[in-house]
Amino acid sequence: MLELNLHQLDYPLLSLLIFIPVLGSFLLLFIRNAAMVRRIALAFSLVELGLCLPLLLNFNSATPNMQFGESLSWIAAWNINYRIGVDGISVLFVALSTLLTVISIMVSWTAIQDRVREFMIAMLFLEAAMIGVFVSLDLFLFYIFWEAMLIPMYLLIGIWGGPNRLYAAIKFFLYTLVGSVLMLIAIIAVYFAAGRTFDVLEIMNHTFSTSFQFWAFAAFFAAFAVKVPMFPVHTWLPDAHVEAPTAGSIILAGILIKMGAYGFLRFSLPFFPDAAVAWTPAIMTLSVIAIIYGAYMAFAQKDFKKLIAYSSVSHMGFVTLGMFALNLQGMEGGILQMLNHGVSTGALFLAVGVIYERTHTRLIADYGGIAAKVPVYATFLLIITLSSIGLPGTNGFIGEFTILLGAFLHYKLAAVIASLGIILGAGYMLWLYQRVALGKITNPHNEHLADMNMREVVAALPLVALVFIIGLYPNAAFGVMHASVANLLQHMHAKMQSAPAVTQTLGTLIGN
Amino acid sequence: MSSTYQQFQQIILPILPELVVIGVALSVLVLDFFIEKERKAILGWYSLGGIIIAAYASTKLMSMGGIFFDGTFLLDPFSTYFKFVFYIACGLGILVSMNYLKIEDIHRGEYYALMLFATSGMMMMASAGDLITLYLGLELMALSVYILAGFMRRDNRSNEAAIKYLVLGAFSSGIMIYGMSLLYGLSGTTSLSGILSFLQSADLANPVIFLSMIMLIVSFGFKVAAVPFHMWVPDVYEGAPTPVTAFMSAGPKVAGFAVLLRIFLYTLGPLHEHSTAILSGLAVLTMAVGNIMALSQTNIKRMLAYSSIAHAGYALVGLAAGGQEGAASVMLYVCIYALMNMGAFGVVILLRKAGERGEEITDFAGLGKTNKTAAFLMLIFLFSLTGIPPMAGFVGKFYIFKSAVQAGLVWLAVAGVLFSSISAYFYLRVIMVMYMSEPKGPIELSFAPSLALALAISATSVIWIGVYPTDLLNYARASIIGIF
Repeated sequence: MLELNLHQLDYPLLSLLIFIPVLGSFLLLFIRNAAMVRRIALAFSLVELGLCLPLLLNFNSATPNMQFGESLSWIAAWNINYRIGVDGISVLFVALSTLLTVISIMVSWTAIQDRVREFMIAMLFLEAAMIGVFVSLDLFLFYIFWEAMLIPMYLLIGIWGGPNRLYAAIKFFLYTLVGSVLMLIAIIAVYFAAGRTFDVLEIMNHTFSTSFQFWAFAAFFAAFAVKVPMFPVHTWLPDAHVEAPTAGSIILAGILIKMGAYGFLRFSLPFFPDAAVAWTPAIMTLSVIAIIYGAYMAFAQKDFKKLIAYSSVSHMGFVTLGMFALNLQGMEGGILQMLNHGVSTGALFLAVGVIYERTHTRLIADYGGIAAKVPVYATFLLIITLSSIGLPGTNGFIGEFTILLGAFLHYKLAAVIASLGIILGAGYMLWLYQRVALGKITNPHNEHLADMNMREVVAALPLVALVFIIGLYPNAAFGVMHASVANLLQHMHAKMQSAPAVTQTLGTLIGN
Repeated sequence: MSSTYQQFQQIILPILPELVVIGVALSVLVLDFFIEKERKAILGWYSLGGIIIAAYASTKLMSMGGIFFDGTFLLDPFSTYFKFVFYIACGLGILVSMNYLKIEDIHRGEYYALMLFATSGMMMMASAGDLITLYLGLELMALSVYILAGFMRRDNRSNEAAIKYLVLGAFSSGIMIYGMSLLYGLSGTTSLSGILSFLQSADLANPVIFLSMIMLIVSFGFKVAAVPFHMWVPDVYEGAPTPVTAFMSAGPKVAGFAVLLRIFLYTLGPLHEHSTAILSGLAVLTMAVGNIMALSQTNIKRMLAYSSIAHAGYALVGLAAGGQEGAASVMLYVCIYALMNMGAFGVVILLRKAGERGEEITDFAGLGKTNKTAAFLMLIFLFSLTGIPPMAGFVGKFYIFKSAVQAGLVWLAVAGVLFSSISAYFYLRVIMVMYMSEPKGPIELSFAPSLALALAISATSVIWIGVYPTDLLNYARASIIGIF
């Protein structure tokens, strides 16, 4: 069974990762000069990124155990502890969070002119909460971070967003909140059923009755499905994405919506394996619908950001499809696709942000032929477009391929329909690129468009690099997560109590 | 000599905090004659000092417990806990009042005296071991608050508030007395423990017992503003001077819960099955009406009035859950609620300045630009009222719903969290107006050191309890576990 490896380093690395941004946002409270605020915020986010170095270097990918563990008593009366640690799955998302925060702060450098200090405080607070979500090994602690994240995100959309920001912000908040509070009740129920503990590793070893599993899974599902977002609770996403400032969109697409899928992996599957299997057909169906529907909707969009938002719905459909194939390929593919989507979609929103700052329009029709004027930008957009489509050699290909491989083993029909989604994806993305970058300049305003400047290139480079690193050497990511994913499947298999037929299928699948 | 000391120990010491509060109140009335109008704030600080001394006396009495005055007065950890909440409510209430009274030109000494009398009444309620003491405390509190609600005597709304509160309050007192007299008629005693031992051996199918329980629920439902006995709340909260509203929403309401806990979990404990069913229904109704009605309010005081109804609903969930965990959760909740609600009203008071009410939600427009600190404080209080971590409101709600799940009332907990999600909409609307709309013009705040102190205390507590609730939680649990 999984253990928490304490005292791996002689300093509390994960706590530093959580609390340095908090410290940074406190410091910013006393700084009035906007230029200074930007520099300090960037410095703090860079320190965070730097801390990922010892995290990744000291990470032992051979063991599925929780590493860099810390455990302190927090609320003893309820047996709540400050317990944190990372495994091969969460460590990747911690790293991605720090990277995307740096990029978000860089793209907001000139885009945000109003209330810069508050913006940066919200960004750093958000970073702390995001990392907290990924490293928490206590359900109560997890929930605190999970909910606390809503506050800065709500403010980011609501204060610095587009014209329809109020509606988008409140919609985002309410959708997520309703899902989350149902999970809260389930968390409390789990606490009592597992013998008064919020300890994730302990709860993993507890076997719940089948009926309890069914309802608890449903309640967790409510929270995670909204966050992913799965069809039909995805409707907040296009609004939130379109209205959010560029930095908000990058974080939303890159990290926030990954948390739903992460929640499935960390909590739903190991806690309630029987229920997970029972729910699989429904989730598979919803995933396939999301893939096709998201792609279909993406075709119809006139707005650059909305198109990407719907493509996110489609791509996240692939993630849940792979995950609930409940085999090694599908799950690893799903996790990799989460990373990929974070990188590609983060980069796409960055691309929109760069051009929006110059033209102040997001309508695709206002562009056309800009490749001639802004060659660097067009190249960047092309690389990201191809990665999003899943061209072999880019990261997207590896993710989608392994997901379909995994899904095909278990649900042939679902895999076949889902592969249609890839074709559609190629369609709307290439058509987007064509309408934006190729041909003759149709809008005279774009005649004097300035190309990406140094700051923007520096922000974009790490994402471009990741596209090719993961695309050409996927083992860099697979290697880190492999032990944890294999352990998760083994764990589910061992805990499975009912439905022997399903257990057997699962067993043979793991054997594959 | 020793017998005098013993008498002191038996008669004076247990009620020393009450005596301090009443003594200060009486001296305020006298001192009022000697202090000219511009300097009445001195009386406020003087009263605050009295509250602090009383609180100090209470901490000294924590080691001493027992039953005094022939069982009519109980000095137990349970009552002491509530007394501390009352000190907080009264202390913050005084702090937020001073400047407001000056602006409204109603700065008179009686105000502080009435506030202290009300507080002493609440303290009596928490300590009552007998129906008579209980009623005495309740009326002392209620009569003082009726006058406070109408303290702006040249203001129509304030007058209306006082009359409405008085008439309906008197009506509910009548029902309470009726219920109590039925209990007395059956058991032959007014002592809470005597009634308990009667009920333990009585035939619970007796409809008169049931009837008296209903009457007590109705009358206390009125005091804590549970639906359907809430009709007075919006008008009274809106009409009363804002600091009084703040005080009412924290003090008397919490006192009502202190009594509800003692009566329903202790004295009427044998009737738990019946009372749980009724209280659960009441809780759902209260949460539903409070949260849904708050959605459409445009006046912030009315919105906070409905919000306070909704919060009574959450506390009722804990009461319905019952048991020591349920009781502890209510105790934790009311303390947190008093702090965050006081804070929210404090910011509303901040917007009140001569010639402008500052009570419409639109008056908050652009506050996030013009007065960053005030807006940020309001943000903290509103997120706390919504129950979003890391604010204290989350911890309070968490404990309430946890005890409900523990008691097997999962459906009630689910209803509670769903209604609390609805509440996000109207709390966030204020945040939206503050941060996301443009200011209509420069907003001048009626800044005063006393008000700033109150806001600083409540904001710090709300965040501190939210991040590290252990101390308060342990204290609340220690005040109840093993007491009933």
